[in-house]
Amino acid sequence: MNLKPETLTRIDEVITHYPQKRSGTLPLLHLIQEDVGFVSDEAVEWIAEKLELQPINVFEVITFYPMFRRKPIGRHHIKVCRTLPCALAGGYKTCSKFESEFNTRRGEISPDGEVTIEFVECLASCGTAPVVLIDETLHENVGEARAQEISDQMKAEAAKRG
Amino acid sequence: MPAPAERRIIFKHIDEEGYSNDIACYQKHGGYDVLQKAVTEKPEDIRDEVKKSGLRGRGGAGFSCGLKWSFVDRKSGKPIYLVVNADESEPGTFKDRYIIHQDPHQLIEGTMVSCFANDVKQAYIYIRGEFPEGARILERAIQEARDAGFVGKNICGTDYSCDIFVHRGAGAYICGEETGLIESLEGKRANPRIKPPYFPAVLGLYQCPTIVNNVETLCHVKHILEMGADEYLKIGTPNNTGTRIFCVSGQVQKPGYYEYACGEVTIGQLLNDVCGGPLEGRQFKAVIPGGSSAKILRFGETFTIKNKDGTEKTLAVEDIPLDFDSLAACGTMGGSGGVIVMDDSVNMVEALANINAFYSHESCGQCTPCREGSLWMKKISSRMVHGEARPEDGELMVSVANQIAGRTICAFGEACSWPTQSFVAKFGDEFKTYNEDKKSRAADSLELV
Amino acid sequence: MIQPAQTDLVTVFIDGKEIAVPKGTNVIEAARMVGTDVPHYCYHPKLTIAGNCRMCLIELGMPMADRATREPIMDPETGKQKINWIPRPQIACSTTVVPGMHVKTQSPMVKECREGVMEFLLINHPLDCPICDQAGECKLQEQATGYGRGYSRFIEQKNVKPKRTKLGPRVMLDDERCVLCSRCIRFCQEVAKDDVLGFVDRGSYSTLTCYPGKELENNYSLNTVDICPVGALTSTDFRFKMRVWFLKQTKSICPESSVGTNTVVWSREGAIYRITPRRNDEVNDTWMADSGRALYKEVQADNRLTPTSEFPTLIAAGASLLNDGSVAVVGSGRSSVEEQFLTAKLASKLAASTYLVGRSGAGDGLLISADRNPNTRGALLTGLITEPPANELTALAAAIDAGDVKVVLSIGEDLAAAGLSAEQLAKVEIVYLGSHANATSAAAKVTIPTLTVFEKSGSFINQQFRIQKFASAIPGLKGATDDRVVLDQLLTAVGGESAGSDLATVWRELAASAPILGDLTYAKIPAAGLLLDDSAWSQLTFPEGETLHYKPAPAEATA
Repeated sequence: MNLKPETLTRIDEVITHYPQKRSGTLPLLHLIQEDVGFVSDEAVEWIAEKLELQPINVFEVITFYPMFRRKPIGRHHIKVCRTLPCALAGGYKTCSKFESEFNTRRGEISPDGEVTIEFVECLASCGTAPVVLIDETLHENVGEARAQEISDQMKAEAAKRG
Repeated sequence: MPAPAERRIIFKHIDEEGYSNDIACYQKHGGYDVLQKAVTEKPEDIRDEVKKSGLRGRGGAGFSCGLKWSFVDRKSGKPIYLVVNADESEPGTFKDRYIIHQDPHQLIEGTMVSCFANDVKQAYIYIRGEFPEGARILERAIQEARDAGFVGKNICGTDYSCDIFVHRGAGAYICGEETGLIESLEGKRANPRIKPPYFPAVLGLYQCPTIVNNVETLCHVKHILEMGADEYLKIGTPNNTGTRIFCVSGQVQKPGYYEYACGEVTIGQLLNDVCGGPLEGRQFKAVIPGGSSAKILRFGETFTIKNKDGTEKTLAVEDIPLDFDSLAACGTMGGSGGVIVMDDSVNMVEALANINAFYSHESCGQCTPCREGSLWMKKISSRMVHGEARPEDGELMVSVANQIAGRTICAFGEACSWPTQSFVAKFGDEFKTYNEDKKSRAADSLELV
Repeated sequence: MIQPAQTDLVTVFIDGKEIAVPKGTNVIEAARMVGTDVPHYCYHPKLTIAGNCRMCLIELGMPMADRATREPIMDPETGKQKINWIPRPQIACSTTVVPGMHVKTQSPMVKECREGVMEFLLINHPLDCPICDQAGECKLQEQATGYGRGYSRFIEQKNVKPKRTKLGPRVMLDDERCVLCSRCIRFCQEVAKDDVLGFVDRGSYSTLTCYPGKELENNYSLNTVDICPVGALTSTDFRFKMRVWFLKQTKSICPESSVGTNTVVWSREGAIYRITPRRNDEVNDTWMADSGRALYKEVQADNRLTPTSEFPTLIAAGASLLNDGSVAVVGSGRSSVEEQFLTAKLASKLAASTYLVGRSGAGDGLLISADRNPNTRGALLTGLITEPPANELTALAAAIDAGDVKVVLSIGEDLAAAGLSAEQLAKVEIVYLGSHANATSAAAKVTIPTLTVFEKSGSFINQQFRIQKFASAIPGLKGATDDRVVLDQLLTAVGGESAGSDLATVWRELAASAPILGDLTYAKIPAAGLLLDDSAWSQLTFPEGETLHYKPAPAEATA
């Protein structure tokens, strides 16, 4: 497993937070996903060995929690909330806007490699619906116009990167 | 009668100009004074004070906090754990988000006081994975508190030690259920446990006695100790004490958070006076008062409830005071305080389809009724919206819901059935005529599912 | 043998019927004791409680008493104590009996619960009955018939999941049929101690899987097929071979080791189709090893022995060789007690030395012991040996080399495999009784084909000194003869007194010769076996280590 030294340090530290090693499963999955971008099959077995578990124990957990992905995604992860309050505020239109702006469908990597768009369930910010979580930043009141702005910004940054 | 002013206790400093989430700011406002005093008292006295205050859980169940604490097995010799339920996932609810991001030390102080009161040496904050910034803020705040001697070894110079670790979830609503949360903390799939025998107070985290409390509830503990139970009892109504944070969302002019004493505002006051009423040209149609699991109320409905003296009174939806008992008497619940408002532009079949999709996605899949029934209801409502709807489909969904509620391992069974039962009960006509209505709808009507 | 102490009894009421059951019993078992069936899927008496199928929901109530005074609250109409019925139904599997508990299993609420759960289990279940091996022994079929609504209201699309995947070398998985009871997962974790199975994905899309790259290949994998209540896990060996309602079930004992796992042999018209475990809470619970199940294939093996002459000719030839003198008799730890008794009688008449081939190996700690002979202790009882035998016949080899032995009678044992060289085999004349060809039968002067354990009846004494009986499931191979008949005929042919060859007659002499059998007869041996007094052999050291229901006696402290 090719993990950054900081990741390995944090992994060793976080395991000490719990009297039973198995509790380290979710923290390790988060740390590895943040480091590598996704959780590979190799990572599953690495975690199992690290925590003295069977690989199936880790595999079961990954597929249960939607935040863990087993394949790489676009550079940015756009999560649009679809639950009732956001849907009432037009969340579905927001999602369609992002899809058309990046010429991609939900779950795919966009042709320019920049984004993967997903619907997620309630992000607990219903008062400022529709909300969109892009990577770790919450964007509030994202109607179609705001979605356009955000998409333009992201594309501009991508262009700058060249 | 216009709504009274908000009573900001928990949310006193939220979005306040100049207030920052570091310990220096918190202490400038008297932070950690309560903890310093609490550690000099007897844990059982603090527990009695909380019980006396009548504090009820703010996560959704509204169960007496003091009573929950009293169930803890203190004789087993096993360590006692406290877990902060920061997995805020009930649709319509967003209060804990603000506490975590903007006033984390209030939560930490409430947690530490509660830990001391229950002889807890190790606490965990289970925070939903979708609050990554919140997790970082909490970790930073905990470290600040450790450096200041409020968390960790020898708290406030006494021989009481207790540490807190933050544990991130990864996208499962069922982790909000206390035993599902415990399973997730143990590193497994978040399958809730059967009770009996796995009551957390006896066999919880690592099979040790465990308390699971909501973020807001623990903040209330701090304020109860600060003002004393007697003062706290004056806020709200008997059996519904203290303030609540109502999270209003949906089709109102001013959605957002509002803190009021329990029962101090009615639904009508909150929605019309405080939140500015419906959107331009619209009328209120329905409201879900306690998070999407709560039964829906139809504007125009009336309820006959008994007063304490035996007389009866009739309430319209607008007249219902927002407290646990009044809402329960009207066939719904106070729940998590998430108030979702719908106006006359919303089609209830489609709104229910959105909710059914949520619950079928979040079902852990362990027990038969919820696993199969939630997906069946979703398939029916999905077919109604995107395919061919039959007039009997509403009743069929209710019949399915009736086979789920009361038959499952955990309260998710009720959570996924109550919306269907109440939507069809109160808007049954819409379900019967949906197939025809669909054909005459505008092409650009709002997509909800 | 210490008897377990009398357990405390608790009185409960199942549908008004009063019954006293042992403390710690759950409501499903308590109901079973009054003859009431509480349907269930995920509950299994030998696994931890999951409580997820919700099929065993029943109504529970406790007698009402005044909280303060503890005085019972009576119902004026019936004169009986009022029962406080819990409004929510409770699952019976996780409810332990409490004194005075009342249970309703036939109320309208319970019937509705069962119809609901059945409906839910069937909505995503594929219409596979016509091609599914489980048909006829499928809990879904049985409980749908007994407790289901009888018609479907589901018109949506069913979930699609992987079908007919190879979970392991002996087990097939069909995920669409799976009802997610988790019995297989719990079995692999708790009994087989091989944690390879789990559920992936969530909700109704949850799917049973083995970790990719690993297989369900442990030697107990087929138990998951037994306990799977539906046709999700099926045996690859049995796949599509026979409908279970055509099969005859015969009680047998697995001869794989001295554990003496109780089995059921399923056969039709003289052919065996499969072997499954038979429940014995003192020996093997509800489990058996995969390797034991495969043993039925030896019946039709290519190297089955067939006679070279008419039976009387073979007996006469054999007897004439044995009468020549200096006979050594090699008995078998795989012979039944009755056969060993007759062997000992024959050996005694011939004044022959007796030997037994040991099969000490590694035990697996579960249901295969370190002694791969199912009936070493029968040989001790009948006097063929006085101590546990070695794997190699070194003493016999030496005797042959010294010229003390001229004729060897081997009861199903391959002497070459037991350490005798080809030269040594050539030095003696061999009379061989056995079912399969081997080096010894090839070198034998007279070979008399006999039967496999599936074709004859008898008893074995297992490592616990429990005598257990097995019955013949299928008729013997044409031309082969029951070992007891051969032995008795040889006995009379060499001038001995017949001991009979049928079980009842043999047992009369057998019981008379072994005091610990008392007045036991073959017929009286209970289906679950009977523990015998083993004190006569308590000083001996046996090779077996711990298995599921056996702990070796602690080693004697040296003086």
